[in-house]
Amino acid sequence: MFPVKELKRSALTSLWFAFLTFPIMVVKVDPIERVVSWRWDNMFFIAFGSFVFSILAKVFIIQKERRASKKKQKTISEPLVQRIVREPRFLYPLALACFIFGISFPFLFSTYQTNIMTTALMYVVLGLGLNIVVGVAGLLDLGYVAFYAVGAYSYALLNYNFDMGFWTVLPIGGLLAALLGIILGFPVLRLRGDYLAIVTLGFGEIIRLVLENWNDFSQGPSGIANIPRPSFFGMDMTFAGGITYIYYIILVLVVLTIFVVNRLQNSRLGRAWLALREDEIACEAMGIDKTKTKLIAFSLGAFWAGFVGVIFAAKTTFVNPASFTFLESAIILSIVVLGGMGSIIGVVIGALILILLPEYLRALSEYRMLAFGAILVVMMVFKPGGIISNVRRNYKFKGLSVVEGKNNE
Amino acid sequence: MSDSPIILKVEGLSKYFGGIKAIDNVDIDIRQGEIVALIGPNGAGKTTFFNCLTGIYTPTAGDIYLSDPRNGKTTRLNGKKPNKITEIGMARTFQNIRLFPTMSVLENVMIGRHCRTKALIFGAVFRNKATRIEETQIIERSYELLKKIGLHRQVNEEARNLSYGAQRRLEIGRALATDPFLLLLDEPAAGMNPKETEALVALIREICAEGHSILLIEHDMKLVMSLSDRIFVMDYGKKIAQGTPEEVRENPAVIKAYLGEDVDA
Ligand SMILES: Nc1ncnc2c1ncn2[C@@H]1O[C@H](COP(=O)(O)OP(=O)(O)O)[C@@H](O)[C@H]1O
Ligand SMILES: [Mg+2]
Repeated sequence: MFPVKELKRSALTSLWFAFLTFPIMVVKVDPIERVVSWRWDNMFFIAFGSFVFSILAKVFIIQKERRASKKKQKTISEPLVQRIVREPRFLYPLALACFIFGISFPFLFSTYQTNIMTTALMYVVLGLGLNIVVGVAGLLDLGYVAFYAVGAYSYALLNYNFDMGFWTVLPIGGLLAALLGIILGFPVLRLRGDYLAIVTLGFGEIIRLVLENWNDFSQGPSGIANIPRPSFFGMDMTFAGGITYIYYIILVLVVLTIFVVNRLQNSRLGRAWLALREDEIACEAMGIDKTKTKLIAFSLGAFWAGFVGVIFAAKTTFVNPASFTFLESAIILSIVVLGGMGSIIGVVIGALILILLPEYLRALSEYRMLAFGAILVVMMVFKPGGIISNVRRNYKFKGLSVVEGKNNE
Repeated sequence: MSDSPIILKVEGLSKYFGGIKAIDNVDIDIRQGEIVALIGPNGAGKTTFFNCLTGIYTPTAGDIYLSDPRNGKTTRLNGKKPNKITEIGMARTFQNIRLFPTMSVLENVMIGRHCRTKALIFGAVFRNKATRIEETQIIERSYELLKKIGLHRQVNEEARNLSYGAQRRLEIGRALATDPFLLLLDEPAAGMNPKETEALVALIREICAEGHSILLIEHDMKLVMSLSDRIFVMDYGKKIAQGTPEEVRENPAVIKAYLGEDVDA
């Protein structure tokens, strides 16, 4: 039963809310007519709304606690998604189906849809890249977009100044971003948690401000236009053909990234990253070089961002600093947190949800930031591990030798 | 025992935290093959002493020398990073257990193999032959160690789900995985029941018999007296006594430190 004490608390919460929002929501000053209108009905809505909301939240929390205490008594049963992920019998056909769907997508849907999907897949790769840094190694990087910008501007500038082609710049963009990651990482990775977050946030903004103000170098806020799309053995393509081509490039990159990230996670290096996330001091005492291991994670994440940056520039044929604001970093971070820190499938699903939903719910896209905030808060309360939390690898032994190392993803 | 080479030599070690002299001019030496105990009341500075040895704290004064009995090479540890010190061959466990809680039991031990293996990005992505062999060796060596500490039935269990005693044993297994010649144990029996303690004593003996030297902090006097070859006693940061268990048991300074000023020894 819902306790009366909680009802009282919700009532107080709603009154407090109504009071706080009073100046914005109730008082309206019209400077031209020189009148003040009092919108008391707004106050009522807010009080009522926050009352209902806080009760709902409380109910959820109570239920969750109940379920948790029940779980302790019984053996913990894995949720369905988790079981599918663990079982190769289900996972491989599912992955194959997704891949075939991915390949046939441009034939099944319009150019417009393909273009949106390309954007979503770009965020999949960005999410997987940041997942190495935040999800696996536990380094909260709020300036990830800086590396994305480095990649995009690498292509824009190298093409503008030296006429270099897409395929040449693709690896260069990735490497430049990784290099910047190393240079930045050296001083910054000594910091922990909140401090690291703040410094990376600042760094992301610095890069954007440099691009905005250093006119001779980056052409300032007006950006660089007429960046060529990728060439296909020197052939010219129609507009629609170009979009389909970029779609396939990014699709290949997605597959490649999943492959590489999966292998990294199940390696000596990946274990060290996980351990670093859990306990730094114990890691050092076990002989892990903290600085080196973190630096590798940081620059690998940056490498992927640089890669996608180059593709972004080629896709939009135009870059300016406005594309690389903190909002981008926040979106990519939301993808990782929503999807499940450290889980590849989780991040893929997270990216598709967070990028495709606003596209198809155009009406809502005004409230994107609000929705992000709400979703993240709700997720943190009810499912802190994300949609799919990372599953540990299972080993089977016979005698002294490994029989089987069942993969998690 | 007294003719085997010295592997750890600490001279005039001090560590101050502001005005607190947590360690005050302590000398200690350990010989190859010994089990040495470091005892003293709570707050005596024992854990701080371990933290200075393993590079987690920088000593205020003094020198620490570690000699590898396998090649006779002596290294001064002052200013070295903790991971370098582990690499040289001294590993530790923690008084307040510091496992990797959401990693599996096996993976916890596998982390210990990190400093003895090499694969990086290239190996991880391409899984070349050398990497595959290395990875199999890591797993098999770790499993062997789990058998030794009696946790091989729980390889895939998350470390945080283990019982307290099992977690302490897992810490020992993880430290052993780094191939140390000197093992530092910080209160390994704390929180164990008598049966677990008994198994621990057997385990420590076995580890020692395999050629590892051991320095342990412990409050369980029965365990200390039965296991150690020599004992060092600390109180208020100072070394107040040293010697064989018999010598230390009779030492008036030790009795005073443990029982307080008022009691006549
Ligand atoms: N990081 C620190 N900062 C300040 N004082 C510390 C710190 N670490 C330990 N101390 C102090 O040093 C003294 C010795 O502590 P410790 O080595 O943990 O004792 P023991 O392990 O012998 O019980 C205590 O007085 C403790 O408060
Ligand atoms: Mg202690």
